[in-house]
Amino acid sequence: MKLSRKEVRHIARLARLGLTEAEVANLREQLSDILENFEMLQRVVTDDVPPTAQSIDLQNVMRNDEVDPSRPPTEILANAPRREGDCFRVRAVLE
Amino acid sequence: MNFETIIGLEVHAQLLTKSKMFCRCRADYASAPPNTHVCPVCLGMPGVLPVINRQAVEYTIMTALALNCIIPEYAKFDRKNYPYPDLVKGYQISQYDTPFGRDGWLTIEINGTKKKMGITRVHLEEDVAKLLHRKSADGEVYSLVDVNRSGVPLMEIVGEPDLRSSEEARQYLVKLRTILQYLGVSTGNMEEGSFRCDANISIRPEDNPESMAKVEVKNMNSFKAVYQAMDYEAKRQRQAVAEGWKLVQETRGWVEEQGKTVAQRSKEYAHDYRYFPEPDLPPLTVGREWVAEIKARLPELPEDRRDRFVAEYGLPLYDASLLTGSRTMADYFEECTQTGAYWKLPPDTAAKEVSNWLLGEASRIMNASGIDVSQFRQKINPGELSGLILSAHGVINTATAKSVLGEMFHTGKEAGEIIVRRGLSQISDTRQLEEVVIEVINSNAQPVADFKSGKETALKFLVGQVMKATRGQANPALANEILKKRLTEG
Repeated sequence: MKLSRKEVRHIARLARLGLTEAEVANLREQLSDILENFEMLQRVVTDDVPPTAQSIDLQNVMRNDEVDPSRPPTEILANAPRREGDCFRVRAVLE
Repeated sequence: MNFETIIGLEVHAQLLTKSKMFCRCRADYASAPPNTHVCPVCLGMPGVLPVINRQAVEYTIMTALALNCIIPEYAKFDRKNYPYPDLVKGYQISQYDTPFGRDGWLTIEINGTKKKMGITRVHLEEDVAKLLHRKSADGEVYSLVDVNRSGVPLMEIVGEPDLRSSEEARQYLVKLRTILQYLGVSTGNMEEGSFRCDANISIRPEDNPESMAKVEVKNMNSFKAVYQAMDYEAKRQRQAVAEGWKLVQETRGWVEEQGKTVAQRSKEYAHDYRYFPEPDLPPLTVGREWVAEIKARLPELPEDRRDRFVAEYGLPLYDASLLTGSRTMADYFEECTQTGAYWKLPPDTAAKEVSNWLLGEASRIMNASGIDVSQFRQKINPGELSGLILSAHGVINTATAKSVLGEMFHTGKEAGEIIVRRGLSQISDTRQLEEVVIEVINSNAQPVADFKSGKETALKFLVGQVMKATRGQANPALANEILKKRLTEG
């Protein structure tokens, strides 16, 4: 199954990636290869195998409802490209 | 053409845990400065691992049980991906196809008839960051992000489209909130945003099984807003069809000031969430023993408590419904019945008297001051109220007792103290009252003559005169008795 250019652009948009035409062409090939590999996996008969959500054998890992101190805002905001007071500042997003 | 209104509600309730859903940051952010309840897990920094808060899971299962849901044995969390600045990680951890509870119901009462309203599912997710929209001096529009709220446990309760009117929607919401408050899992405060509601509403022609386009309504921040928005939308849709428009599936926002809904621009790609199982959280097996343990911890729920109030205290169903409508009110009532003063009241009427005071004068004070039962309780506790009710048996009359309650509320002083200081005790001393009675008889010749010629109502007037002469302090029953005796004997 070969992805269309439009599908590649859609996926890039969802990931908030800006791509050049050359990159779209390149990724179209690469993503399609990945999908083809999965198509191969799909040929395995799994009718008797229950679906799984994970590959390690852990379950019911929970913690008690206890509070630890948070980090100071200076640390939290250390990587912020833009800030105002103790808030992150971002471009307006319309609802 | 006649149409039926079809409404389904989606409720989000923040859970009252101490810490957040997947990290140990404090969950209560109400009075916290921006970004002070944040850690690398909240921010989704590379390498961090979320860990499930057991209490949040138990609260969700507890709610699902109270809503008569099936509790599946297997549950997991999933990632819901969407790019929006209120999600720092770029995804929200939620539950896609394995909620903690499904297929339940709650009952509401419409005109005395019970109706079962379906609950599709109850699942657990995390709340998102708060965005503050700003405009700079040079006109740039931007947003500030406060991450404190992000990661607070959020329970979503999706209802079936079983509601048929704005009133049913309102009742469903009130009932749901009451249940959450009884369980102690959420404050249920809509104005503060810890209890939120979105609605799906459509209309269906009577002769057609298919309903028309479904409209999602958001931005309703009070019970009244939900009621009004549903009312507005039901009318708008009917009118649009009558005028020949085609209804479209869309999201509309309730604009409180204008009393109407307006179409919203939907988020780009909002419905391409690409859910997948959360790889950082191992799945959960919800063992039957665990469910039984949680079930055993369920408190008495509103309807059971109402029925018990009728059976145990002999209260009318109406009183019992109102008292148990809020857990704090019902608790207040029951605490009154455990005070020493309560046991000195006439046993046949004691419970009804307490109910009358709570639903009457006490509620009037709460409404007038805009406070709730727990705030009222800080001013006047159940022992103090019961003491006042007992005083109204002989020491002071009912009207005086009401004014004393007002003063107790404003000054924080006890009934006894106020009664003594203001000299409010009823005059129950026969000799003292007789003097007043003689004076009243002497100065009201006409009513006295009327009574003697058989006009019973004149006696009421004379009792009133005694009350007036004593500034309301006379024991009315005693005044009545002495007057009658004097007039018939003399």
